[in-house]
Amino acid sequence: MTTFIKLIKNPLGLIGLTLLIFFIVVGILAPVLAPPAWQNEPYRIPRDGYSSTPKPPSPEHPFGTAEGQYDIYYGLIWGTRTAWTVSLVVVVLSAFIGITIGTIAAFYGGILDEILMRITDIFYAFPFLVGAMVLTTILGRGLGNVMIALIALGWMGYARLIRADILQIREVEYVQAARAIGASSLRLMLRHMLPNAIWPVVVQGTMSMGSIVITAAALSFLGVGAPLGYADWGQLISYARNWILGLHGNPLAYWYVIIYPSIAITLFCLSWNLVGDALRDILDPRLRGTQ
Amino acid sequence: MLTYIIRRLLVLPIVVLGCIVLVFSVMQLLTPYQRLSVYCSNPAELKNVDFEILIERYGLNDPIYKQFADWFMEILRGELGWSESASRPVSGAFKRFMPVSAELALWSALPLVLGGVWLGSLSAVKHNKPLDHIMRIFAITGWSLPTFVAGLLGLFLFYGILGWFPPGQLGLEASAIVRSSVFASYTGIITLDAVLNWNWFVFADALRHLILPVFVLSLVSWAMLLRVTRASMLETLRQDYVTTARAKGLEERVVIKKHARRNALIPVVTIAGVTVAFLFNGLVITETIFDFHGLGRWAARAAQTFDLPALLGYLLFNGVLIVFANLIVDIMYAYIDPRVRLG
Repeated sequence: MTTFIKLIKNPLGLIGLTLLIFFIVVGILAPVLAPPAWQNEPYRIPRDGYSSTPKPPSPEHPFGTAEGQYDIYYGLIWGTRTAWTVSLVVVVLSAFIGITIGTIAAFYGGILDEILMRITDIFYAFPFLVGAMVLTTILGRGLGNVMIALIALGWMGYARLIRADILQIREVEYVQAARAIGASSLRLMLRHMLPNAIWPVVVQGTMSMGSIVITAAALSFLGVGAPLGYADWGQLISYARNWILGLHGNPLAYWYVIIYPSIAITLFCLSWNLVGDALRDILDPRLRGTQ
Repeated sequence: MLTYIIRRLLVLPIVVLGCIVLVFSVMQLLTPYQRLSVYCSNPAELKNVDFEILIERYGLNDPIYKQFADWFMEILRGELGWSESASRPVSGAFKRFMPVSAELALWSALPLVLGGVWLGSLSAVKHNKPLDHIMRIFAITGWSLPTFVAGLLGLFLFYGILGWFPPGQLGLEASAIVRSSVFASYTGIITLDAVLNWNWFVFADALRHLILPVFVLSLVSWAMLLRVTRASMLETLRQDYVTTARAKGLEERVVIKKHARRNALIPVVTIAGVTVAFLFNGLVITETIFDFHGLGRWAARAAQTFDLPALLGYLLFNGVLIVFANLIVDIMYAYIDPRVRLG
């Protein structure tokens, strides 16, 4: 609780938190803010015709329409839900995998540690976006496969982080005491070590919420992510690609196709980074007193 | 020190082999028919031929260990298959696209190495002064702005509205000069070739086309470098030995340069490996947006057209290069921080 209060007292943390609450509300209220055209397919962006030229904001389309007459407002609202789903699922699952591997490696040590960490090294050798791009191409287009690819390439950081912490905690007296009483390995790990080693992972998790959304959107932008017409910020930005130059004599003709989706995705990442930054300052004892 | 380097070098082949195994495992997700494309170095081979015969010939239904051994030999011979999206063998595509990406990477890395550490530590020295605030805002915005958004907004502003920095690698005139016989191509890196040819018109034109993509490509790395250097420098400045140095009357400049920054550099070196990975990620997006015909754009097109040999080749290339980058980082790390090699 004190962490939370400190977070609110940190001005940048407060801005980040407020923005996050805004995105949560938009995500929850999506059916009210933008009633779906097809009840069982709410993530399909409604189209107003098939002309490729975007149309400026109007009463029916508050943010205008993108290439192919996709409604930008609708795409942004439901895209918020997509962003939440992707980032939460990917971060939680990859953190879970990373924590499991890192804890086991540090707890048992020796040859098992060596093997697990070399495997981590190998996975680490692949650039996140390029690896995810190849994996999604092979698995096939679609949000589920995007998430699988991001998890497969996203757990290593957590594993290394938790391993380093557990290695330190393993030798601390209270853990030795619990071991002497005869606590089982599982109990030692779950009850005594993890609760004290988890905070850096939490900070890492909040910091990567934004970058996960960026990578998922980048995949859509490259045309290997979400299916066509799916409410996804990256996809909306990829529709903007051919229209950023505007018309001769009026360079701002199609400003809305690029500005609105850019703001949405940048603010989402910014808010997570602000919260993550503030959390790190609060939780990292080495930085205490620098504020 | 030497034993440390030797120990790290011994692990290297294991990790490289691991990368190869991983890419091979990804390949196993495909049907033998799809994998066939990874083995053929020429599309003509696939015409009027029974696929079953080819699958038999390349042993794609063999047991997995045998397939792996075969594929491994192919890699050692530099045969990575035919890239449809580049209309040439994968190895040839690497040769052709490499200089373009190398040019972007070099121009991105140069200012980063020269200015990043300096600005980051300056931000810590001027803690909570206006400069520090500007740096922090720049860093966190740069970190939050996706590369493709930065690229498109950059084009929107600096090409669409202001008309300063056009996309593409060269303007029409300069590109005509580069293709002509007067202009000798030594490296394929245009700015370097321009200097070697003593052709300043081409150099200036290439530079004009490079500014925006280089900025977009290195934005994330700048943000990270500034943050890490600043945090590390802040921590170092609070150490007792820095206070001691000040107390014994050393000039502030000497304290910062000789005492603090040296130690603050240690964590900064570790992110150098990550920066290489960022670079590969960024190249895919930046080259696609700015229409640079380099490795990244090739990989992006390969993903869109299901050009598997190209994708697997690129992934392997990335993996091996990053493993080497990390090796260099580790050695540098041991060189700077004696605690590492003793530990």
